[in-house]
Amino acid sequence: MSDSTHHPAPMSPVEQRVAALEALLTERGLVPDGFIEQVTHRYESQTGPMNGAKVVARAWADPEYKMRLLADGTAAIAELGFGGPEGDHMVVVENTSIVHNVIVCTLCSCYPWPVLGLPPAWYKDPPYRARMVREPRALLAEMGCFLTEEVEIRVWDSSAEVRYLVLPQRPPATEGMTEAELAALVTRDSMIGVARL
Amino acid sequence: MTTPLSLSGLGLPRRNGELAFDAPWQSTVFALAAAVVEHAFGGNREPFRQELIKAIAAEPGRPYWESWTAALEALVLTLPEGSTP
Repeated sequence: MSDSTHHPAPMSPVEQRVAALEALLTERGLVPDGFIEQVTHRYESQTGPMNGAKVVARAWADPEYKMRLLADGTAAIAELGFGGPEGDHMVVVENTSIVHNVIVCTLCSCYPWPVLGLPPAWYKDPPYRARMVREPRALLAEMGCFLTEEVEIRVWDSSAEVRYLVLPQRPPATEGMTEAELAALVTRDSMIGVARL
Repeated sequence: MTTPLSLSGLGLPRRNGELAFDAPWQSTVFALAAAVVEHAFGGNREPFRQELIKAIAAEPGRPYWESWTAALEALVLTLPEGSTP
C-alpha cells in the first residue's frame, strides 16, 4: 500500500516530498517497522460508526433525553457511551419546521467524529467551507436540500472548542417505530445539516 | 471504542464512510503524521492541527493531502535535532 518506492512512473513532486519525509522520520526513529501499514489498515477497517444516529433516535423517542441533549450535548452523548478526547464540547442544534441548522468548519475541517465517524470529502473542500457561510440556501439546494424562504438557515462554524451536531426533525409516520428502527432512518448528511429526512 | 491514534478529529476525507485515499502517497503521509503525533508529541495532535490550519489558509485551493504534506513538513522543522544519529 505505502510501498511507493517501486513505482514504475516517475514520482510527482508531492510524492517526492512524502518520500523525503518518510526517510527523514524513519531515520529519526519515529516510524516503527510496519507502522504505516498498520495505521492505514486500522483506519480503513474502522467504519463510520454513525453513533450520532443512535443519539438522534434516542432524542426522538425520549423527550427528557432530548431536553438533556439540547442543554448539554457532551453529557447526553456520553450517556450513550460516545465521546472521547476529540469529542470536545458538543452542542446539539435542533431543526424545526422553520429553522434549519447546518454545520461547517471554515478554518480546517473540525467535525464531531465521535458521533459522525470521519467526515465526507466535500466537508473539507474549500467551496463548501466558503459557500456554506456566504450562500447557504443556494449551496444546500445544489446539494439537493431545498428550503423555502420561510425556513431560517443557521450556519454553525465548528472549532477545536465546539463541535456541532444537527438534530434532524423526526420524519412523519414513524410513531410506532423502535429506537433501532428510527436510528436506521438517520443519515450522516442529515446530522451535518445538508439534508432533511 | 479505543482510539488508535489522535488524528481523527482533523477531518479525514472519507467517501460515504470509506477513508478516501486516491494514491499510496496520501495514506503514507497520513500515517507519517500519525507517527509524529504519537511518537514526537506524545499523542498531542494540536501542534499538527495548527500547522494544518495554517497550510490550508495559505493555499485554500490546494488539494487536501498536499496541504497535509505541507503541514507535516512545517511541523517536522520544529522538531529538535536530538534523535538524528
